[in-house]
Amino acid sequence: MKPQDISRRHFLRQATLSGAVLTLAAYLPASGRALPEIVNPVTNGIAPGTELLSWISIDNAGQVTLLCSRSEMGQGTFQALPQMLAEELEVALEDVHIAFAPANPEKYGPQPQEGSFSVRGWAPRLLRTGACAREMLIAAAATEWNVQRSECYAENGAVINKVSQKKLTYGALVQKAAKLQPPTEITLKKRVEYKIIGKAAPRKDIPLKTNGSAIFGLDKKLPGMKYAVIERSKRFRDTVKSFDDSETRKVPGVSHVLKVKRLVFSQYCEGVAVVADSLWAAMQGRKVLKVFWNDPDFEAPSTASLEKQMREHLQIIGNQPKFENEYEHCAQKLEAVYETPYQSHSCMEPLNCIADFRGDSIEIWGPIQEANWIQADLSQRFNIPIERVVVHMTFLGGGFGRKAFPDYPYEAALISKGIQAPVQVVWTREDDMTAGPFRPGAFFTLKGGLNAEGRIHAFQAKNATQWIGQEWSPIPPGPPEAAGYNNGDFEGLLPPYRQGIPHYSFGGAGIHSPIPVMWWRSVSASTNGFACESFIDELAHLAGKDPLAFRRAHLPDRRYQALIDRMAELTSWHSRGQNSGWGVAFTECFTGICGHAVKLMRNAKGKVMIEKVIGLIDCGWYVNPDIIRAQVEGSIVMALGAATTHATTFEEGKAVQQNFDTYPMPRISDIPPIEIHIMENDEKPGGVGEPGLPPFAPALANAIFDLTGRRIRRLPFSLDEV
Amino acid sequence: MPAYQLSVNGKSYTVEADEQMPLLWVIRDLIGLTGTKYGCGIAQCGACTVHLSGAPVRSCSFPVSAVGEQPVITIEGISEDNSHPVQRAWIAEQVPQCGYCQSGQIMSAVALLAGNANPDNEAINAAMNGNICRCGTYPRIRKAIKTAVGYSH
Repeated sequence: MKPQDISRRHFLRQATLSGAVLTLAAYLPASGRALPEIVNPVTNGIAPGTELLSWISIDNAGQVTLLCSRSEMGQGTFQALPQMLAEELEVALEDVHIAFAPANPEKYGPQPQEGSFSVRGWAPRLLRTGACAREMLIAAAATEWNVQRSECYAENGAVINKVSQKKLTYGALVQKAAKLQPPTEITLKKRVEYKIIGKAAPRKDIPLKTNGSAIFGLDKKLPGMKYAVIERSKRFRDTVKSFDDSETRKVPGVSHVLKVKRLVFSQYCEGVAVVADSLWAAMQGRKVLKVFWNDPDFEAPSTASLEKQMREHLQIIGNQPKFENEYEHCAQKLEAVYETPYQSHSCMEPLNCIADFRGDSIEIWGPIQEANWIQADLSQRFNIPIERVVVHMTFLGGGFGRKAFPDYPYEAALISKGIQAPVQVVWTREDDMTAGPFRPGAFFTLKGGLNAEGRIHAFQAKNATQWIGQEWSPIPPGPPEAAGYNNGDFEGLLPPYRQGIPHYSFGGAGIHSPIPVMWWRSVSASTNGFACESFIDELAHLAGKDPLAFRRAHLPDRRYQALIDRMAELTSWHSRGQNSGWGVAFTECFTGICGHAVKLMRNAKGKVMIEKVIGLIDCGWYVNPDIIRAQVEGSIVMALGAATTHATTFEEGKAVQQNFDTYPMPRISDIPPIEIHIMENDEKPGGVGEPGLPPFAPALANAIFDLTGRRIRRLPFSLDEV
Repeated sequence: MPAYQLSVNGKSYTVEADEQMPLLWVIRDLIGLTGTKYGCGIAQCGACTVHLSGAPVRSCSFPVSAVGEQPVITIEGISEDNSHPVQRAWIAEQVPQCGYCQSGQIMSAVALLAGNANPDNEAINAAMNGNICRCGTYPRIRKAIKTAVGYSH
């Protein structure tokens, strides 16, 4: 893009903001009509036609384009957000196009794709946007006919006069509507009036993903683009001493070899980039590159040293005298240690990014969850005005939190600056799996005391883990970071336990390590949920109570009581056979509440198998039930992998698992029948993409106890060895 | 570099490539068909699955020099308009989430159904176990294969 184009877009944005009047985007495509289908929904951010309130564009023929201003990594945002706009705009979803908007927080608001936030965070704004645009179109028609607004209504992309039965399409009205003020007062539809929301509208991105035409980061090409792969230090925090590129430069197509760095939180990771005319040539050049590394000035960590540190840190967190006193006087007491490993995100699309650095501007294309952060980060680091940092989101081949970080675009921009050409940096699977950041492992000590009636009187969870975003310094400098009570992150438990248990406390301590860590689908709920919901089950057993009834007795909140009752119904819980292999668990994270029930069986050879899984989610008001079911199904599969098939371990400061041969994923033959149910209520919209993950591992472990009497307190474990 | 004449989706292409260059990169970078995906490079994940003389192969680990005259079919070649029964079933059952692995999944499923018009669960497992889906669409993949059986008859 030429600088004057950016300036023009900047002008348009300013005009949109300043006038409070809708801008006629002074742009019509040379070809006349709209995007051809949605074959490549990655646009330059200006949809053909007249723009209404940033997200909506309508051309003269009435073709509506809805912009999705957040990224699509499989979680259904591409469908769910336009579904909300279309509902209030009164257009049929089949008739609209959807396109991606680029990063532009002034125009579209914050765009980070994380925290299961899309629907719950965006429902108010997008419903209102659709409704305002509809009202402006109606007002334009009323003016045209010289009638009262109340005589008109909108339906299926047109405004109709109730009296005369005259009809004007949105295409005929949009230019006039765009000049009107948006209404200040809007009445949104009631749930019973919905035609689109709450229905399983087929996803518009799916046909692109069944014929190979969806454009992911790796599929995007720019004219004159080079390709880069990077030889990265295998041991975390090694720095480049020197490199010998004499053989690399003999590889046909290789044009540049240069040292690069990548910023991960406060630390730089170094490497040497091989740049070539083709990806294949860059990969061949990397094979014969010799890099010599400086040893780090600290002991390289291993899984054994990390686990030792976590165990020690659990001891360092002091006792709370008041809690200990209550615990000591309990009729029955239990203490247990739970252990969870580091995990890799391993998105099916390995990391990659295109950067085009042009001195006074940067353009980024890639699989991106954090467009605004990247824009701000690159603007600051390269001292380029933010409006000249253009970030385009392609489809993402998975994200799970890893692509919500600006490290890989920064690295790509550095290389583009170094070679003065657009470049696509491609991470091999091995790069992607070994460089991190990883989900941190976490160890827990849980203590629970029951009163004489078998109710929990005192419950305490202590957790030692590597805290995300902390200064990842190599050596623990004295005491653990902020060890203490009630300052750790215990997302993943059910908040009403705090009301149902008289003495309830959390303690946390952060360990130090040179291993980079970050958020992974459901973040700390993925480890906290396993420890806490497994332990609640242990306490139920100690009390001699039914695990579901025991939870119900400690969760006074109406919403949780309904959830548990529904689960009892779905599983026919009260008529199940004794020790027939049923386990349940419930967790809450990102405002979504989810429970899973796992039913085990033994096959003819006596091997323990999962017979079925029943998932139940309460996400309040929702948009697309089929997307919700898909997200919870997928969360169960991802949790099954993290519980039973893979973990990242470290030796001599390096990740051991480099590819799917040593980090095995669940396969289709591992997947039991899964059924998903959604609670119907009028609560506020809650998260969906993440809450389905945490309760699976404890439900599975509790089922194993029910069937075999064996407690699982460490992940991952092999179902073959149960 | 040697030149190879390849038949891809019924069209003939002449490419100059290192003999060890995997078919995946020939298809993606030299021919320009990007529906076939890179996932692991070691034939573990199946994202790169294409058909060679009708049989599914992992193109990331299949050197271009071994293709010879065998016709190659990629995801772009199974229909012009998403009309193959497997594609229709994938859309009907709303299988893809992120979609990155789905070209490979579909190519494995198409090959399965070409050789077995009504596969049971065991046959589906055997044919599809080479394809990883990190989003966890497996339950829908199984269902869609059964739906495609209905469309084919």
